[in-house]
Amino acid sequence: MSAEAKTVQARHRVLGLSDQDVLEMYYYVALARALDERMWVLQRAGKAMFVISGAGHEGCQVAAMWPMDKKLDWFVPYYRSVAACLVKGMTATDMLLGLFARATDPSSGGRQMPGHYGHPRFKILSTSSPVGTQYPHAVGIAYASRLRRTGEVTMVSIGEGGTSQGDWHEALNFAAIHKCPVLLIVENNELAISVPLRKQMAVSSVAVRAAGYGMPGVTADGSDVLECFRVTREAYDRAKRGEGPTLIEFAVPRLGSHSSDDQQERYRSREELEQVRKRDPLLTFRAYLERVGLLTQGTLQDMTDRVRREIDLSTDEADRAPLPQPDTATRHVFYEGE
Amino acid sequence: MAELTYRDALRSALIEEMDHDRRVVLIGEDIGVYQGTFRVTADLLKRYGPGRVIDTPISELGFVGAAIGMAMLGLRPVVEVMTWNFSLLAMDQIVNNAAKLRYFSGGQVNVPMVIRGPNGAGVQLSAQHSQSLEATYAHFPGLYVVAPATPAEAKGLLRTAIRSDDPVIFLENAALYGMKGEVPDSDFALPFGKAAVARSGRDVTVVAYSRMVFAALTAAEQLAAEGIEAEVINMRCLRPLDAATIVESVSRTHRAVVVQEQWKPFGAAAEIAMRIYEDAFDQLDAPVERVTGADVPMPYARTLEVRAVPHEADIVAAVKKTLGKD
Ligand SMILES: Cc1ncc(C[n+]2csc(CCOP(=O)(O)OP(=O)(O)O)c2C)c(N)n1
Repeated sequence: MSAEAKTVQARHRVLGLSDQDVLEMYYYVALARALDERMWVLQRAGKAMFVISGAGHEGCQVAAMWPMDKKLDWFVPYYRSVAACLVKGMTATDMLLGLFARATDPSSGGRQMPGHYGHPRFKILSTSSPVGTQYPHAVGIAYASRLRRTGEVTMVSIGEGGTSQGDWHEALNFAAIHKCPVLLIVENNELAISVPLRKQMAVSSVAVRAAGYGMPGVTADGSDVLECFRVTREAYDRAKRGEGPTLIEFAVPRLGSHSSDDQQERYRSREELEQVRKRDPLLTFRAYLERVGLLTQGTLQDMTDRVRREIDLSTDEADRAPLPQPDTATRHVFYEGE
Repeated sequence: MAELTYRDALRSALIEEMDHDRRVVLIGEDIGVYQGTFRVTADLLKRYGPGRVIDTPISELGFVGAAIGMAMLGLRPVVEVMTWNFSLLAMDQIVNNAAKLRYFSGGQVNVPMVIRGPNGAGVQLSAQHSQSLEATYAHFPGLYVVAPATPAEAKGLLRTAIRSDDPVIFLENAALYGMKGEVPDSDFALPFGKAAVARSGRDVTVVAYSRMVFAALTAAEQLAAEGIEAEVINMRCLRPLDAATIVESVSRTHRAVVVQEQWKPFGAAAEIAMRIYEDAFDQLDAPVERVTGADVPMPYARTLEVRAVPHEADIVAAVKKTLGKD
């Protein structure tokens, strides 16, 4: 092993991550990406009406979820949180059931649009479409945990465009006043559909706003998975110690169109798209793992095969699931009893 | 006359009003570079520049409120909401402020603004993108509520809306943007509060607005094949409501069906039906029927969604019920 390999290898070890950990993290990044690609294929084939994806955001999501207690803690996602939800416990099948709007879709039984992930067993609270609304919910969840002394930490996510909503600002204020145990994540891909960062806010980074609410704010490069892990774990430990919320901004590339209703070529140049692809966390993380000798051509192939098998099986399984019965259309508006 | 889509009719009204009046400005999410989610503002950023075509942050409350401020100072903002569903985030500014500023200033302050965008169900957009908010807004004094069905109405009513000195809730419909129709060339405007008879008939009056006008016309076509002649009234506006046109029709047909996409309780159809009872009770040979959406947030799955929106067959059945033929 070269000297360089030893120093870089030290990076994940220094953070307390085993070789097994980082390989497993990479697996989730790859799984989320493959699932994402499959969803677009299915949409183009007419099997799904709508896709919204997390391509480019997977690295920071997997890293941020890694320090969380998968059983104890809460997650309030947004529509790009595919990778984070997979790490938290949802399966590719769960997500495809939502894409196909099947009766057994664990998020909503086919009621809500795809991409609005929720799962009772994994303590993932379903998101709502109007951007920003999940932030006050997460803060309320964290407040309830504190009141009940359960030790739970809540993580919530949003895009930088969503931070222009009053909900977002009001949530930060409330969280800081009450020292709520909540990790306030912003995945900044510098675009809200077509609207660039400079039209969204006059500050250069979302994280600087934390000062205005009386909490720490940090920014990490979303293509540097280990750095994302480091800053999130620090914030997680703060929350656990009762020191309150942290605003965490991940700078991420948006690799695809906003959604299947959008064509990003209308407002992004070819050069911009080329630049953005260089920041793909799948590639940057893979390069790290290759450099430290954890991924070789052989192990990478094994991993790719494992991911492919899982996606194929999940697609079949979700596709076989029944659609919601038409006569259930008016159910679940009010409590129906046990 | 020119043949235009509903989308281009709206766009041509914006262009003509912006050319004619420098006070008209456009505000909304993705309306400039992106040219609008439904392309109503195509090319307008290039034509008028970023000072008059303002791409906003995602802050409905903030930019609707700012538009109110601009309007009070004499600009004529036309705000685009991506869907009317997102206007709910700006509800306080619309209802507590835009609708009340004239009144609270004792008539001194004008709020000449238009808020426009798609209202109602699309296909598989689920509950937070599919709501029909016309009755919600028509409930509040101080707001005009307009719901054009055809390209000509889209243009004529948008012009009137932009020239109005009071706030206008301008409800478009995603399914209609691509629809083509004849639109007069000249500086033509349609007055608020004037319904149109979309089809004449002697047996029953079917009252509808926006997309449901076309469902009513299709139903009327089917009924005609069975020898039932339905008169279809296109309301165009909900506030002010043209009760006179409905009453005149009902006094000839003696039966009425009111169609809306909204939920049944407290909807526009309830108000319209009551106006018929108040002004034409003696003329009725049968109770007024309502055709509405199912009383449930709009589900995403297609198998459920088809159960939640009103169909032509429901209109046909309601008409037959008023005729004692069910
Ligand atoms: C209140 C509200 N307004 C508008 C929209 C339409 N919309 C959906 S996603 C989106 C862009 C969000 O951008 P950002 O928060 O930066 O997240 P990204 O999609 O880039 O990850 C917009 C405008 C919405 N969902 N909710």
